[in-house]
Amino acid sequence: MAEIDSEHTLTVDRILAAHAGRPGPLLPVLHDVQNQLGWIPSEAIAQIALGLNLSRADVHGVVSFYHHFRTHPVGRHIVQVCRAEACQAWNCQATEAHAQKRLGVDYGGTSADGCFTLEAAYCLGNCAAGPSVMVDGKLYGRVTPQRLDTVLDDWSKR
Amino acid sequence: MATRIYVSRDAAAQALGADETAAALLAAAGAEIELVRVGSRGMVWLEPLVEVTDAAGQRIAYGPVMAEQVTELLGAGLLQAAPHPLRLGRVEDMPYFAKQERLTFARVGIIDPVSVDEYVAHGGYEGLKRALTLDGATIVQEVTDSGLRGRGGAAFPTGIKWKTVLQQETAQKYVVCNADEGDSGTFSDRMLMEGDPLCLVEGMTIAGVAVGATQGYIYLRSEYPHAQVALEQAIAAARSRGYLGRDVCGSGKAFDLEVRMGAGAYICGEETSLLESLEGNRAEVRYRPPLPAIKGLFGQPTVINNVISLASVPVILQRGAAHYRDFGMGRSRGTLPIQLAGNLLHGGLVEKAFGVTLRELLYDFGGGSASGRPIRAVQVGGPLGAYIPESQFDTPLDYEAFTAIGALVGHGGIVAFDDTVDMAHMARYAMEFCAAESCGKCTPCRIGSTRGVELMDRIIDGKEGQGGIDQLTDLCETMQHGSLCGLGGMTPFPVMSAVKHFAADFARKR
Repeated sequence: MAEIDSEHTLTVDRILAAHAGRPGPLLPVLHDVQNQLGWIPSEAIAQIALGLNLSRADVHGVVSFYHHFRTHPVGRHIVQVCRAEACQAWNCQATEAHAQKRLGVDYGGTSADGCFTLEAAYCLGNCAAGPSVMVDGKLYGRVTPQRLDTVLDDWSKR
Repeated sequence: MATRIYVSRDAAAQALGADETAAALLAAAGAEIELVRVGSRGMVWLEPLVEVTDAAGQRIAYGPVMAEQVTELLGAGLLQAAPHPLRLGRVEDMPYFAKQERLTFARVGIIDPVSVDEYVAHGGYEGLKRALTLDGATIVQEVTDSGLRGRGGAAFPTGIKWKTVLQQETAQKYVVCNADEGDSGTFSDRMLMEGDPLCLVEGMTIAGVAVGATQGYIYLRSEYPHAQVALEQAIAAARSRGYLGRDVCGSGKAFDLEVRMGAGAYICGEETSLLESLEGNRAEVRYRPPLPAIKGLFGQPTVINNVISLASVPVILQRGAAHYRDFGMGRSRGTLPIQLAGNLLHGGLVEKAFGVTLRELLYDFGGGSASGRPIRAVQVGGPLGAYIPESQFDTPLDYEAFTAIGALVGHGGIVAFDDTVDMAHMARYAMEFCAAESCGKCTPCRIGSTRGVELMDRIIDGKEGQGGIDQLTDLCETMQHGSLCGLGGMTPFPVMSAVKHFAADFARKR
């Protein structure tokens, strides 16, 4: 099954053209591809490798190194739960457990309704008002299990 | 005339509802107010903080103001700065703020972060103007004389790094800002970049002028989208006003800046792996030598400094090295933006001269634990920092004093835990974090951290006696001395400090 259609191929080509001549272009290219497609399909990896004169192994090696880059399709929204020390001091374990239970998935998984992909984060920089959660780049502080429900209820309608 | 009202656009304020409060203010009183989005004053427990300009032109604070309270507050006379239970008075008169020494953070929370005019009106670009009248060696000497040491955690003298780059004779040099603030409990880089990004832009420009670099990169972690927006707005504003570009302030010197996003790898806080990442590679740590100052980004001489180090340079150039050096103690000169995090009543940012004790920070500023239970342990300096017990809370914040107790100041993040914390669990987490974030290049870190997690699991399950602790000690020694960089080399700090100071948690039968 083709993971990437011709429209996506054009998108990746446009991104490669936009970064032409830039020093060290691989990470900016990967960011743009993921921002526009939601993830980085294997066909895009081959296309990027060709466009930047790298081997597919080089690009795959970079994609797989960084936690941020995803090689699987994701839900409509990305939910990141911070599990670093400062949030642990605010008992983020309860928030984590609640997120996993409500969405029915472990980290990396997508809820059955396709709405949310759950990811672990190691510090969102909101350490004075944890536990912290980020949904599609919007940050929330003091996220108890109850507040998480309010936040996710809101996002599930979007 | 419309009343000027200030609401923070800082991510931490937004996380507590500042956007909704700002929207409610505009909806209810849009015609009567001029709303200015500023950085955060650093008192996170009072966010969303609203400041109103009174008849005398003073800024009167109210907080925390939630969106649903706005109508009632306006009815009570918010626009006239009238009395109200949420009225706090002038921020500068509040003890938390009044006791600080704000040099690097002088403008944060006060000005519109991306307005060049407001930046200049508050002393901005005076440092660069002075630097442009000096030669490179004089600028570097000024930074050296200030005593500024790397605020990212390694505390290496900034002036020495710059001097090495200055001495290289190549066509291309770079200035790189390490904005990969991955340490848990730290957010001063984020606050500075969101609250006064032009200060970082100016600091990097001065570095470029000093060493002869024409291009700078800010390597920003992907978890900081708000900072990315602020930085890009600030860079565009600076460029349009001639503070960046081919001819900086008409000096004939070129310097320009670009923001590059990281991709969720803690290791990129290590400077050589950051450079690998900027070049588009897996962020594996490089062997040293050569130093980045000699062979850095794309093989060229590179100044690479933390956000706070670079953002401290403008005030050093503006007021002179002696002014900055006169703050602090021992060999730790100047101020440190300290971040109070975790289980504290009054978490936030405190910029103080070195020498303040942990106890003052935790109780006088932090107000003790938020839960009301005793503070049992604090971790200073991020996930690679030691856990410190109550008996050592009188240690002054000073690089050497912390080294003497086997701890580190690092980036100045302080995470407090109350007495419900299980220190064996925290030691296991330190190993788990190292395993998740290891770049994989060296064996002690890559394998050692995984073996460390397994061993901690057996210790926690009560399957190991003293033998398990001995084995853990041995493993930590191997990681400490055999790892290529600080990740594997310093993970033993939290682990062994937990074993040393909280032994009972490791011996408990479960």
